[in-house]
Amino acid sequence: MEILVCVRRVPDTSENEIELNSAGNDIERDELVYSINEWDNYAVEEALQIVSRVGGKVTVVTVGDDEDEEILRRQMAMGATHGVLLSDHLFAGSDGRGIAAILKAFIQKGNYELILTGVQAEDGAAQVGGMLAAMLDYPFASLVNSIEILDGKTLRITREIEGGNKELNEIDLPCVLSIQTGINEPRYVGMRGIRQVASVPIPTFGAPDLGVNPEIVGPLAAKIRRVDYFLPAAGRGAEMLYGKPEEIADKVVELVRTKGGLS
Amino acid sequence: MEIQSPAQASYWLVSGQALFLVMHVLGLACFAYIMYRRLVPLLRAQPDIRFDQPWLRLGRVAKYWLGQWRHPRYKGAGLLHILIFIGFIVLAGRAFSLLMIGASSGFAMPGFSGTLGHFYDIVRDYAATVVFICMIVAAVRRIVFKPARYAVPARLGRQRGQDAIFLLALIAILMLADSLFEGSKAAVQTQQGQASEFLAVFSLPWICEQALASFSLPLLSKLGLGAYFIHNLTFYFLLCYRPFGIQFHVETSLFSVYFAKLEREVLKPVRWGVHDEQLDQLKSIGVKTFEDFTWKHMLDFYSCADCGRCSDQCPSNAAGRPLSPRFLTTKARDYAFQHYPVFGKANNSSPLIGAIYSEDEIWSCTTCGACEQECPLLIEYIDKIVDLRRGLIDSGNVPQSLQKPLKALESRGNPYGKMEKKRSAWTKINGFQQSCPIKLLDGKQGADALYFVDSITSYDDRIQAIGHATARILTSVGESFGILGPAEKDSGHEVRRFGEEILFCALRAHNVEAIKASGVQRIVTSDPHAYNALKHDYKDIPPVEHISQLLARALNEGTLKLNHAETSDKVYTYHDPCYLGRHNEVYDDPRDVLDAIPGLKRVEMKRSRDRSFCCGGGGLMLFYEPKEEQRMGVLRVKMAAEAGANVIVTACPFCMVNIEDAIKVAGMEAKMAAIDLTELVDQHIVRQAPGGMEAQRELTEV
Repeated sequence: MEILVCVRRVPDTSENEIELNSAGNDIERDELVYSINEWDNYAVEEALQIVSRVGGKVTVVTVGDDEDEEILRRQMAMGATHGVLLSDHLFAGSDGRGIAAILKAFIQKGNYELILTGVQAEDGAAQVGGMLAAMLDYPFASLVNSIEILDGKTLRITREIEGGNKELNEIDLPCVLSIQTGINEPRYVGMRGIRQVASVPIPTFGAPDLGVNPEIVGPLAAKIRRVDYFLPAAGRGAEMLYGKPEEIADKVVELVRTKGGLS
Repeated sequence: MEIQSPAQASYWLVSGQALFLVMHVLGLACFAYIMYRRLVPLLRAQPDIRFDQPWLRLGRVAKYWLGQWRHPRYKGAGLLHILIFIGFIVLAGRAFSLLMIGASSGFAMPGFSGTLGHFYDIVRDYAATVVFICMIVAAVRRIVFKPARYAVPARLGRQRGQDAIFLLALIAILMLADSLFEGSKAAVQTQQGQASEFLAVFSLPWICEQALASFSLPLLSKLGLGAYFIHNLTFYFLLCYRPFGIQFHVETSLFSVYFAKLEREVLKPVRWGVHDEQLDQLKSIGVKTFEDFTWKHMLDFYSCADCGRCSDQCPSNAAGRPLSPRFLTTKARDYAFQHYPVFGKANNSSPLIGAIYSEDEIWSCTTCGACEQECPLLIEYIDKIVDLRRGLIDSGNVPQSLQKPLKALESRGNPYGKMEKKRSAWTKINGFQQSCPIKLLDGKQGADALYFVDSITSYDDRIQAIGHATARILTSVGESFGILGPAEKDSGHEVRRFGEEILFCALRAHNVEAIKASGVQRIVTSDPHAYNALKHDYKDIPPVEHISQLLARALNEGTLKLNHAETSDKVYTYHDPCYLGRHNEVYDDPRDVLDAIPGLKRVEMKRSRDRSFCCGGGGLMLFYEPKEEQRMGVLRVKMAAEAGANVIVTACPFCMVNIEDAIKVAGMEAKMAAIDLTELVDQHIVRQAPGGMEAQRELTEV
């Protein structure tokens, strides 16, 4: 199966102290460390596991610039067959729709049966997967947390729904799925693996290569604009639970369950 | 009637000489063939450089093999083994000459005809007796007393008691047959009024002679020949049976000890003969299949005598983690026997993880070294665990709990993912820099000594206090020192021990450069893990000391003076951190420092010094979520309570984290506390700086 995974490089929330810049319109980006968006990492792992079961190839693609090659290499070290960078100065400042349009153009040049994205990016709006499917006129399922290949044409998937419940679906190929964390246990990528793919060439495609109309990408085409970044006002204090230890434990379990932490 | 020699007698119409010659040839041929088959996996194994320093190695053979150095650590079993071992060494000559007379009746050991021969005969009569008695005692131990450490958990197969009894019986038969042969010969000679051979009084042959005194001559003759036949048969059976189980150590232990690792603290390179820079080019690294082990490690598997001492001391085993060093070895040995059979084709190269080992088992080890400290045959465990982890890392099989800290170490140089620039923030907390300014060795300022702080002391809220105490002590004893601050990265001690060699090399390269650029002449650290890394894993850097060594020296030189212990109701016990004690043999310095505090009451835990019990492990082990029945730390805290202590003193930041957690988990906050050696010294130090003393003391108490 030919699988494409759309990935993105984001500031690593566990390794940065995110602060607003002095203008208040963006985060302070000096000294940030980046990594692959966590959801995308699960998507790549899932693609690799599917390929190890049924054969095929995994391609990872990102829209960005030279610095984003880093995550493509990391995913190739993980086992992805190809990494592709979609880069053009025209792409900078695109909104989700613009990114989806760029990805769509790339996908139509290939022959991918299954397209995976993360549910959302750590700094994103969880919109590219759905828009991409719509532009391609492919079926789409979000929040996918298991994939089973039924035959060459159909997948059986489960989706996570509110309250920690699961929903079982069948979906026809080709399709787009947005992958939820916890679908698998992503493998570790060591420095050795990254160094081994350090010199593998990564093909880069710009707007002309993809046949992307410059008028539908970039800041001018964006229909969503970021106006402000701010820290939410501190809410009221923590909720205190009272009672015997057993009662408190029951309340905690119930709270976690209603928030979807237990299934 | 002369007593017939076995060579001249006939057995079932066959000449004894022919029979025993055939037995010798067959027995030796079988043994040679089996040994060849046992060598096959070793020949396919990874290289291991163990042929250097023959004199040093021979010295260790004299100490650990011939001298049985570690056996008395277990008094009962150790004494038994020493007796049996001496018996076997003594009886080797006897066995040889006894076998030879089957082929040539007149055989006598060259040089053993005169007084020396008589003396030897007496000694070996007693040796056989002692071995025989030891077999009975050992069997009684196994059958009646059943020491707990021999038990095999149900998930790991059947109990091995029967195998042990069978082996003991074979050796007993060997001793008895020899003695019967000897005793019947003497009985014949006595009956015929000849000068009989002198048998050592109360020895087994002597008892046989006494018992057989009234037997008829033909019966005695038959008995003697029969006993001889049984002796030879048992001897060759035993010889060829040994390479099938724990008894193989009789042959292999000498080699295991000779080739044992000389520098215990230096981890095995990923692959011998492959330089760090070439590691990227290797197809695979670490141990994934059996053939990825080195030949010496395979030899270790053969040599294990299944005595269970490693697992008896192993904290992971005690805490109920899925790791028991004994089975790590015996499972590999069984695997080798199964995949490299004596008859039939060798089938190999399947992954070990999933087949005989589990991932949890391999991650469970804290590399505390208790097993290696105990093994009488110097079998190595840490290198094997690390090699297996290297294999897991290379295949990407790393628990999610460890992936984040490893990634953070790669991008930020510390496992917490904290910013590099915050690495020296601890020096400014609560106005610390006003009372104790610390130089930042950033090229603009220099110092004689570098305080290598490492990640946990730099970033952990609780452990920063150890950094503060250390800095105050260093200042107080007049040390010119500084820190690297943001230029320091994690020492990588656990990164390496968790198998991420390439990341470790990157961290080390960075630190070595930073240390060299600082221009210091010495390094001091309050973290035994950093100490061990800098001392053994790093090269070409200034000499490194642990703070306890520096303190002991300062006491001797008189630059450190300590006030009287503040309260008298405190009873202290010192917990040896694995990487300070066992791995670097710094046992006395911290104790000397404690004892230099006048009026301080100190008791020893039963498990102390080289038998110290790991608190739960440091570095990345703090992130790992083991499957266990209880925490090692809780066990350790209970040991301290048992010793009558109410304060545990340690000298390692990770011990502090684990022990303080364990005190809470065990609900013992009211009766137990933990303190670092530096904190205790800082509380009691007599400040040298005139006038500054009072001010500093107040700050300490804040």
